[in-house]
Amino acid sequence: MVAIIDYGVGNLFSLKSSFAAIGEEAVVTGDPEVLHRADRIILPGVGAFGDAAEKLRRTGLDRAVCAEAAGGKPLMGICLGMQLLFEKSFEYGEHPGLGLLKGEIRPIAERIPGGLKIPQMGWNALKIRRPSPLMKYTKEGEYVYFVHSYSAVNCEDSLIASTEYGAELTACVGKGNIFGCQFHPEKSGSVGLKMLKAFCETEGKA
Amino acid sequence: MITKRIIPCLDVKDGRVVKGVNFQKLGDVASPVELARYYSENGADELVFYDITTSAEGRGLFTEILTETARTVFIPLTVGGGINTTEDFDRVLKCGADKVSVNSGAIRDPSLVGKAARLYGDQCVVLSVDVKRVDGVFRIFAKGGRENTGMEAIEWIRRCVGDGAGEVVVNSMDTDGVKQGFDLELLEKVCGAVQVPVIASGGAGKIEDFITLFKTLPGVDAGLAASIFHFGEVAINDLKEEMRKNGIPARIQR
Repeated sequence: MVAIIDYGVGNLFSLKSSFAAIGEEAVVTGDPEVLHRADRIILPGVGAFGDAAEKLRRTGLDRAVCAEAAGGKPLMGICLGMQLLFEKSFEYGEHPGLGLLKGEIRPIAERIPGGLKIPQMGWNALKIRRPSPLMKYTKEGEYVYFVHSYSAVNCEDSLIASTEYGAELTACVGKGNIFGCQFHPEKSGSVGLKMLKAFCETEGKA
Repeated sequence: MITKRIIPCLDVKDGRVVKGVNFQKLGDVASPVELARYYSENGADELVFYDITTSAEGRGLFTEILTETARTVFIPLTVGGGINTTEDFDRVLKCGADKVSVNSGAIRDPSLVGKAARLYGDQCVVLSVDVKRVDGVFRIFAKGGRENTGMEAIEWIRRCVGDGAGEVVVNSMDTDGVKQGFDLELLEKVCGAVQVPVIASGGAGKIEDFITLFKTLPGVDAGLAASIFHFGEVAINDLKEEMRKNGIPARIQR
């Protein structure tokens, strides 16, 4: 069973439906007990980093997620949920993240030439940087759907795929049992569904 | 490189797609759910559902259809029609919409765009405008194009983007239905005025119209059309092959 963490940010209808579409049982939950019973955990998220990090802390879910991750359970962050896996973010100030991956979140405006629109919104191609169980069914150049104004930097030790938008931006990360993607797999058609399937087939560590 | 998006638009009334459809592969050609699934498997980058229902039962039926679509179609879904309040935003977002498009609702209540953007984020709020030339000036029309508001179009668009609209759908009433190409003059003005994605609508009759659009105006992010896709006059994957041949980035997923 996959637990999709509900901590009051964003709409989880499509995400839950996408697991149903690949034949995986998924529950939307804010209960640490359910996270503990789950085989895998999805950390979703839209909106602002500071606000989302605060909500995770206030509900105590930050500790629950970190404890499950430390126990070896596969964890995948999506969009803002991926950003939360890193050490900190510079979105409207400086905010600490969960620190499960090395790196930080910075505005893409710092790195891309002027004239390109922000957020990056739309379908862009994946460039695979390192083999990963998450990319089991993904081919170089396949398209996924992005909506973001910030991206992970200084994360070379977990980078598994990037995308080109005036600069090379982090698209997918993975290290051990911790995974993340900046784009929305639940909105990326069959390519996204296959990635969720690959996540459901990853092995945790004992 | 980020691709130019191709977006079919489905007008839904009393639970059925209007404007007619003509796909042999589809069992029920007027079923919004079946048509949405067909498009998502055949090259559409995104879908727009417009609710043109007026009755309360029709509205209930629309949300049911939306829920069913979002359960089986995994590409971005924008919903418009009858969006007048933030409660309307809430209603369609809960059914699985990713973005919500406002038109007359924003004209009636000019604070709607700002309120919705604060609640749901800019990326969720799409401003949709019906524009027509009146005595050489681009004017905003309300109520499905029936009423001239007298507002100058570019000024209105700029104001709504300033309030938080994350994307603009520009429908030219002058070119809509004529099938002689998009309204490049209007679109160029919009692209020059705002930094958010611009979606061109109204006037597409053939593949070349999209090529001309994207080649002439690199600031346009997407092309939207209804009948030429519904009637099978243009197949989206053929259109995308042609875009690529012309150096326009397009997503082709086989």
